[in-house]
Amino acid sequence: MNRTGKQILFALALLALPFLAHAAKIGEISETTWTDQAIDFFTMQQPIVRTALTGSLLIGFCCGILGSFLVVRKLSLLGDTLSHAVLPGVAMGFLWNASKDPWAIFVGATAAGILGVALVGWIKQTTHLKEDSTMGMVLAGFYGVGICMTTVIQNMAMGNKSGLDKFFFGQAAALSSGDIELLSIIALITVVVILGFYKEFLVISFDSGFAQALGMPVKVLHYALMALLTFAVVVSLQAVGVVLVSALLITPAAAAFLLTDRMHWMLVLAAAFGMLAGAIGAFVSYLSNNLPTGPFIVLGATGIFLLALLFGPRHGLLPKMLRRRKQRQRIALENTLKAVFHLSESSQFKDQVFEIGRLATERNATLHETESEIRNLVKADMASRLDSRNGPEMSGQAQFELTKSGWYRACEIVRNHRLWELYLTNAAQYPIDHVHDDAEDIEHHLGEELVHRIEERLENPIHDPHGKLIPNRESIKL
Amino acid sequence: MQSSPTTNLSSKSAAPLEVHDLTVAYTKRPVLYGIDLEIPKGSIVGVVGPNGAGKSTLIRAIMGLLPVSSGWIKVFGKPFKQAVTRVGYVPQRESVDWDFPVNALDVVLMGRYGRLGPFKRPSKADKEIAMNCLEKVKMDSYAKRQISNLSGGQQQRVFLARALAQESDLYLMDEPFVGVDATTESAIIEILRELQAQGKTLIVVHHDLTTAPEYFDRILLLNMRVVAYGKTEDVFTFENLQNAYGGRLSILSEVALTRARKKFDGDTRDNVGQ
Repeated sequence: MNRTGKQILFALALLALPFLAHAAKIGEISETTWTDQAIDFFTMQQPIVRTALTGSLLIGFCCGILGSFLVVRKLSLLGDTLSHAVLPGVAMGFLWNASKDPWAIFVGATAAGILGVALVGWIKQTTHLKEDSTMGMVLAGFYGVGICMTTVIQNMAMGNKSGLDKFFFGQAAALSSGDIELLSIIALITVVVILGFYKEFLVISFDSGFAQALGMPVKVLHYALMALLTFAVVVSLQAVGVVLVSALLITPAAAAFLLTDRMHWMLVLAAAFGMLAGAIGAFVSYLSNNLPTGPFIVLGATGIFLLALLFGPRHGLLPKMLRRRKQRQRIALENTLKAVFHLSESSQFKDQVFEIGRLATERNATLHETESEIRNLVKADMASRLDSRNGPEMSGQAQFELTKSGWYRACEIVRNHRLWELYLTNAAQYPIDHVHDDAEDIEHHLGEELVHRIEERLENPIHDPHGKLIPNRESIKL
Repeated sequence: MQSSPTTNLSSKSAAPLEVHDLTVAYTKRPVLYGIDLEIPKGSIVGVVGPNGAGKSTLIRAIMGLLPVSSGWIKVFGKPFKQAVTRVGYVPQRESVDWDFPVNALDVVLMGRYGRLGPFKRPSKADKEIAMNCLEKVKMDSYAKRQISNLSGGQQQRVFLARALAQESDLYLMDEPFVGVDATTESAIIEILRELQAQGKTLIVVHHDLTTAPEYFDRILLLNMRVVAYGKTEDVFTFENLQNAYGGRLSILSEVALTRARKKFDGDTRDNVGQ
């Protein structure tokens, strides 16, 4: 729960970002309308569209898969550290031959990323600082150095057209065919390594001690994963930007984590979500000139996460609410049945037809409320009305009886209640006047198996602590 | 002087575990000193000692999870790395994140991974074995359950099933009885006895002194060094325990102990305590 809470906060904070980025560019809106641009995007006639889209899809794919391992290993901050730590390397790679040579930047950034992560490990080992503070420090330190370097480069003559600023918020349209080549290679390596060593990565992520006991090269596998992650971050920079690439690692994986309980499905979903987010980002940023891609990719991913959070079948908020409502309705239904049972019991089970008015008195409710309760019972096939007037007008004299299944359920609820009271007084030594409220609640939740175990433990009792009969299905029949 | 590590000839019949003059240190501060140990085949050894005595450290050192400062460890006459498939492991339950997206069967299947090379997926036979192991710990009906939806005792049984799936000859178990219900405790001990009957060797870290003499036929009393090791009736004496716990034995555990010892001297088959 704690983890989900943090993820929500993180996602909400990210929501604000695209608007900030957009605001800065508002003066530069171009002449073409966004509908033209949209049509342009979907026909994919322009090579620049194809490049941007392919790149964003590949990036989403890699980040989704590798990010899943970060999320399940509670290393989310590592993605952040890595992405910020590569910035000095990007600048160095650019200085190598004063151009945006993808390979030079790749080598520089990878080296810087590995240096950053190694530094985190080293500080953690030599001091008693904890990992989170170490990461926060390294992240900011490297980022500061990187900003200084890129500012210097941009102020230099050659820097004017460097496009280094694209590395901050990302611009998919700035991807070159060389970038795509690199991206495809990294995506291929990721697929081969993760598929080939899936079970190894699964075990080291879940239980690294056990993995080592199995004789797996845990350290090698760990560094392989970190290397892949560094590659993915570095090749994503161009399109997503240094600041937001960690969100692309974590958010799709977090959404997948909410939707499934199996690791391999999480990988598949996270990859799909990452690709979807990439496509959304590439599309929106193409609609208008100079819109950065990164924020929109992240916005897309955050949208997917919010959908998963709200509508996920098992952990989603909405299904949870519906389930709770359904349970409340069931409990109300069962309470009505129980009241009918008490009515019948007060006549030594001679009465089998009941007046709504009497039930209302027993339930301490208005006629109107009781009427709607009976209607619910009829709907659930647990009661049937005996009067011909099935209309809306109410009358205290209107009669109903329980169906067979209604009567069974009523008996079960009363049995659960009385058994539990007896269990509490006998086995848990509760005073007799302490047990009713607890039983009121537990009667709706006791499963058949548990009931049998309690019955066995109490040696199939007949009377509850108040001396009342504990019904079983055979003893009381209509 | 102890003779040098066993020759190749005797490796078949070598002791499941032989430890000679083992010292393990965390950042130069030794946690285990000069441990000598030889564990015969088919025994259940309880590793008992106060907190910080190095019980888990010993288990982890045996499996090479920790660097060894000096001395050597032989598993079936070989270094651990060469005997990996003959050793099963049950780590402490708290050592993993139970929110991890796997179900009970996935976890048990991990026990088979040591036998599969890279790129190999678990086969149908592996899945059958895993299912059988879940059945042995009476968890087969929970196979598809995500592991955070299991109780503590059930989680521990899944870990035990995973070790069973390793089909090993020597089992190392780190506190398998911690935080489990009475049903699970008796289910686990039943399985341990069964494993012993099959000629397997078990080393179990345990911290409940009252049940120790009932569960184990050999006891290793540990407090950074070997305080005493041998057959339970020889080792489980009040003096030894006082030595191991360094006078830190509280009155409560003393009383419990006296009771346990009385039981032990009388009839061991009776349940100790309640």
